[in-house]
Amino acid sequence: MTSKSSSDKKPIGVIGAGNFGSVVANLLSRQHKVLLYARDEKVVQRILETRENRGYKLNSRVTPTHDLKHLAESCEVIFPIVPSAHFRSMMQKLSPHLHPFHILIHGTKGLDITLPKGETIETVGKLSRDQVKTMSEVIREESVVVRVGCLAGPNLSKELAERHPAATVIASPFNEVISLGQKLLRSDQFQVYGNNELVGVELAGVLKNIIAIASGALSGMGYGENAKGLLISRGVVEMIHVGKALGGNVKAFLGVAGIGDLVTTSNSTLSRNFQIGYKLAKGKTLQEIVNSMDEIAEGVNTVRIVKKCADYYKLRAPITSMLYKVLFEDLTVEQALTYLMRYPLNVDIDFLD
Amino acid sequence: MEVLEKKNKNKKYEPILEGIPDWPVYRLSRNRKEFIEEVANRSAARINQLRSTPKQLLDELEATIYREQQRMKRNRWRVDPPDESKFWSDVKQELIDIGAVTEEEKQKKSQELLTKIVHRYANEIAGNFKPSSYRFAREMIKFWFARLLNASRVKKFGGFFRNQYTLRDKIQIVGKVKQLRNLARKGTIVMVPTHFSNLDSILIGWIIHALGLPAFIYGAGLNLFNMKIFAYFMNSLGAYKVDRRKKNLPYLETLKMYSSIAIQRGAHSLFFPGGTRSRSGMIEKTLKLGLLSTTIEAQRNIYLNTAEGQPPQKIFVVPVTLNYHFVLEAPELIDDYLSIKGQDRYLPEEDPHGSWGLLKFMIKFFTKGSNISVSIGRALDVMGNYVDEEGNSLDSHDRVIETRDYFLSNGKITVDAQRENEYTRMLSQRIVTEYHRINRIFASHLVAFAAFELWQQKHPKLDLFGLLRLPEEELELDYAEFRKTCKRIRKKIYHLKKEGKANHATHLKGKIDLVIKHGLDNVGIFHLKRPLLMNKKGNIVTQDLNLLYYYHNRLVGYDLEKFI
Repeated sequence: MTSKSSSDKKPIGVIGAGNFGSVVANLLSRQHKVLLYARDEKVVQRILETRENRGYKLNSRVTPTHDLKHLAESCEVIFPIVPSAHFRSMMQKLSPHLHPFHILIHGTKGLDITLPKGETIETVGKLSRDQVKTMSEVIREESVVVRVGCLAGPNLSKELAERHPAATVIASPFNEVISLGQKLLRSDQFQVYGNNELVGVELAGVLKNIIAIASGALSGMGYGENAKGLLISRGVVEMIHVGKALGGNVKAFLGVAGIGDLVTTSNSTLSRNFQIGYKLAKGKTLQEIVNSMDEIAEGVNTVRIVKKCADYYKLRAPITSMLYKVLFEDLTVEQALTYLMRYPLNVDIDFLD
Repeated sequence: MEVLEKKNKNKKYEPILEGIPDWPVYRLSRNRKEFIEEVANRSAARINQLRSTPKQLLDELEATIYREQQRMKRNRWRVDPPDESKFWSDVKQELIDIGAVTEEEKQKKSQELLTKIVHRYANEIAGNFKPSSYRFAREMIKFWFARLLNASRVKKFGGFFRNQYTLRDKIQIVGKVKQLRNLARKGTIVMVPTHFSNLDSILIGWIIHALGLPAFIYGAGLNLFNMKIFAYFMNSLGAYKVDRRKKNLPYLETLKMYSSIAIQRGAHSLFFPGGTRSRSGMIEKTLKLGLLSTTIEAQRNIYLNTAEGQPPQKIFVVPVTLNYHFVLEAPELIDDYLSIKGQDRYLPEEDPHGSWGLLKFMIKFFTKGSNISVSIGRALDVMGNYVDEEGNSLDSHDRVIETRDYFLSNGKITVDAQRENEYTRMLSQRIVTEYHRINRIFASHLVAFAAFELWQQKHPKLDLFGLLRLPEEELELDYAEFRKTCKRIRKKIYHLKKEGKANHATHLKGKIDLVIKHGLDNVGIFHLKRPLLMNKKGNIVTQDLNLLYYYHNRLVGYDLEKFI
C-alpha cells in the first residue's frame, strides 16, 4: 500500500520519558522510528550516552529530543504520556505546533482539574464536572487536534518490557485512530483491542487506581484472597457508579481497560498505586511513601479529586471516601476497613438496569 | 405602552451580486436537467455502496415500495402527483418480475429499478428557480406586507397606500450581517436556523433578500407546497422539497446527495437542522445529522477535487436564531410534545392549520404588534471553528488553521465515512452551543419562564404532568414575588450575556415593571387563551398552562432554574 510507505517515513512521537513512556517508545520502535521527548535536558543527554532510561534499554531507533516543536513537525502521530498534573501545561506548549492532521493517543491515567483563583486542591470544597477533565478533553480544549485516543488497560511497564503476553485498549470515537494504534502496537505478545467509548475507558483507567490503593492496603494488613475478591467486586460497582455520573459508558468498565486493568493493578506488587496502599497499611505516612518513589502515583490525586466530585454530585462512594480519610485525614486503615464492613448497602449488582 | 426597541438601525443592504444570472442558484436551475441526472446517478452509486449485494439491494427496494404504498393509503397529500399510485404499482410489478429471471438479469434489472426510483425522487426534490417569478414573488411579498403594515399602523386616511413602515421595522436583524455578506462573496454559505414555526420558511426567504444576498436553495417541508400559492412562492424563492413522510433509504440518500452536490456547486444553502419545528418550544438540543453531514462531505469533496494551486471553495456554516413572542402553532406543538413525552406514541406528520391558517396568521402578524428578531451568528467552518472576515478558520487562540487538515491522513485527503460521522456530531454540538449564545431573549420569554418555574416550585411534589393537570383558576402568583424573581433571572441573563453564553433584546433592559408589562403584553399574544396575564388584583394568572410551559421552554438549557 502506498499509504503505508509514507507513514513509515515519518517517525512516531512519544512525549514523556517516564517508565511507561520509555516502554511505549520501545514497543513502537519495532516498526518505526520514534522521537522520545524528555522535559529534562539531562535525561536526553544521558539517553544519548547510555541508551538507557529508568533501567530500560532503549531501542536504537528511539531518538531522544528536548524540542517539542521539532517533534510536532516531524511526527503526525504522537503519544503523550506525562503525569496528569503536568499534562495541561505540556499541551499548552505543544499546541502552537499542532495541526488538525495530527493524531494524539495519550497514555495518562489521571484527571486534570481547573481551580478557581486562590484555591488549591487541598482547600477547594467540591469539584463539578466542569472543573474536572480527562486527558482527551484537555487535548481537545488546548489544541486543534480532534482525532484523539487513549491507551488503557493492564500495562505494567516492567512486564511489557520483558515481553510478557499482554493486552491494551485503544479507545477513540474515530475508528481510524483505533486501527492506526493497532497497526503501530500489535505484536505476537501484545494484543490491542478497540473501543469507541473514549471517556468511559479513560475514567475506568483512572478510577481503578483508587481500588488498587485499597487493594494494596488489604495486602499490607495481611488479609487474603476473600477480602480481595470482596474489594474488587465492590470496587467495580463503585467505579461504575462514579464513572457513569462523570459521563462514562458502563460498557467501557467491563472490558480490558476496566475489569482487566483493575484485576491486574489490584494484584500487582509492581504497581505504584498498590505499593502506596501496602505501605500505608504497614504504618508509613503518605509523605514518606511519596518521597520514596521515583514517579508520581496517579492514584493519590485521583482519590482526592474523585472524593470531591462525589461530594458535588452526592454520589455514594464508600471506598473512595474512606481512602480519602486514610490518606489525608489520619484515619487508620483498620478503622476504614471496619467502617466499610459495616456499610449498610448490600445489593450486589445495581448498574445493569 | 410598549417598551420601545432601541432606534432601529436596520438599514437597507445593497445586493452583493448585481445580476441574477451570476447567482449560483440560477446557474443550477439553468442546468436543472443535467444536475438532476448527476444527483440521481451519484445517489444510485451511493446506495449500491451501502447495500452492496443484490440480495440486500432487492430487500431495500422491496421495503421502499412497501412503505411508499402504505404512505399513499394512509397519508395522501394534494401535492402528490396524480400518477403516484400507478408509478409504484408498476414498480412493484417489475420487482415481482425480477424474482423470475436469472441471477445476471436480476443484477441488471434491480439496478434499473433503483435508477428509476432515485430519478423520480431527484425530480421531485429539485427546486425550480426562475428569475422572473423570483422577482415577481419578491415584489409581491414586499408590496403586500408593506400594505398590511401601513394600513394598520398609519392611522390616517389612505394609510393603506403609504410606505412609512416596511418589513424592516417589523423584523429586527442583528448579529454578524457584515461578515455574512462578506463571506457570501468568498465562499458558499450554509445557513442553519432554529425552527419554531411554519412561518420560518417564508420569513427566512425574505431575510436573505433583505440582506442583499442572492437566493439560497433551501429544504422546505413538502406540506407547504400543498397550497398552490405557497408552492408558487416557495418555488420561486429557491426552495427544494423535503418530504418527511418518506423515510426510506433511497429517498434519504437522494435528498442528501441533492444538498451535497448543490453546495459543491457553490449554491448557498439553508436547512433547518432540527428537522421539524421544535415541539417543546426549547431551542434545539440535538440536530438531525443527515443534511448536516452533507456540508462536511461537500467540503471534503471540494478539497479532493480542487486542483493543486487553485484556491478551494470554502463552506461557511452560519447559525441563525429566529425569536418570536408568539408562535401560531404553539398549542398543537406542545400537545404533540407532551403526548410523545407522556406515552411514547406514534404521531403522524400533520398540520391542522394548513396553509390557510398560516396565511391568516401572517395577516394578523403584520397588522398587530409583536416584533420578530433574527440573530445572525458568527460564521463557522464545517468543523465548527470560527472564521474571520477573510474566511480563515481560527482556533481558540485566534491562530489560523487549515480546514483541509482535518481530512488528511498521511498527508493525503482520505474519505472516511466513520470519521465524518463523528465530525458531523461535533459540528451539531457546536451549532447548538451557538444557538444558545446568539438566541435573543425577549421579555416574554423571561416572564413565561419565571412564572412557570415559580409554580413548579410551589408544587414540589408534582411532576410535570401533575403540574400541567392543575386547574388554571387555582394558580395565582403574587406580583411582588413574581417581580423579584423576574429581576433575579434577568440579572442572571445579563451575566450570561457577559460570559458570551446568551444574548437578549434591548427591550429587556430598563425598569423591571415595564419589562414585565412588555412581556405580559406580548407572550403568546394572539392565542385564544393567553398563557400569562395580570388579573384585576394585579397578580399573575394563566389561562393555559400548557402554552405557558411552551413559552417557558425557550429559556430551558441555560441552567437558570436554580435561581428561581
